[in-house]
Amino acid sequence: MVIKIFKNFIKRMFSNIFKNNKQIKLGFYGPPNAGKTSLANRICKDFTGEELGSVSNVPHETRNVQFKEKVEIDFKGKKMVFKMVDTPGIATKIDYEEFLKYKVKKKDAKKRAKEATQGVIESIKWLDDMNVVVVVLDSTENPYNQVNITIIGNLVARKIPVLIVANKIDKKKSNIKKIEAAFPEYDVVGISAKFGKNLEEFYESIFKISKKVK
Amino acid sequence: MTNKKRGGSLGRIKGFAIQFLPYSEIKDLDSNRRIKKILGVVLGNNILILQGRLYPEEETRLIGDTMAMIGHVKHFKGIELAVISGNGQEGFIENLKRGIVNVLSGGDLGAITIIGPATIVKEIKKNPKKIELLLNK
Repeated sequence: MVIKIFKNFIKRMFSNIFKNNKQIKLGFYGPPNAGKTSLANRICKDFTGEELGSVSNVPHETRNVQFKEKVEIDFKGKKMVFKMVDTPGIATKIDYEEFLKYKVKKKDAKKRAKEATQGVIESIKWLDDMNVVVVVLDSTENPYNQVNITIIGNLVARKIPVLIVANKIDKKKSNIKKIEAAFPEYDVVGISAKFGKNLEEFYESIFKISKKVK
Repeated sequence: MTNKKRGGSLGRIKGFAIQFLPYSEIKDLDSNRRIKKILGVVLGNNILILQGRLYPEEETRLIGDTMAMIGHVKHFKGIELAVISGNGQEGFIENLKRGIVNVLSGGDLGAITIIGPATIVKEIKKNPKKIELLLNK
């Protein structure tokens, strides 16, 4: 009897330790060039001092899933530990000739296109592993893009909490209301990952939806 | 609406066809067969207008499968895809009615899915009021 109580006590203690150390897998999804890596970099830089990946004006800069373990976000005295997962942009078509417009050499453009197609497949595969997903959209672009709808539809089907981020609010053409109108059932937070604008609201929303993770 | 003179490969497009597929054609198929059927139409230089819509998991599967084909199927660059459906702002009663109809019919028959090869369809511009299909020259 005493042994059983002792065993249960040890079991509970260990489960509590692991529960506290449990990190929430936070995925950054969206179409190419929306600012997923810029946002992930901003968070990682703020809380770990290191960036996650390189950014570029040329679409499909991120062509592999990249992640950073145990990023502890400290916001208004509350702490949560995340595994940050930055994913390649999801697209329905990839043409190497698009990259030539950015003065990328033909050989490199073809290589980039090949890697980008693999990146899209990889992003889709990782969807099942996420606990919370931030869908990063470019607020200067039309939000009624099927890729956005498909990503969000998949997250809903998998019961993964979603936060929509309207990035690039520093730009003149930015239109958050259009994104809110396109996705009326979701919280939309407008930010500028590049200039670190409105990140307070972003962190608040992340903490709020992360609490839904079982 | 047919303007068809099929070329041997997607790179030399001399024309295309718009093919309509009623939901009954895919209703009883499993996901593998649905995707296969759709890809069969799209790879044949057709723009597919499908009654209803795929499940979200099937949409991502379709994107993944087409990505895997780029570089392996000559001149194939992917697809353009759009689903026209309710905007989710119809209100409770409307949504409930639609839900009941969907359950009875086995799919969202009020939706229309447009899928075309990217070599033919340049862009599908969509907003709540209209949808535009822009074709490559």
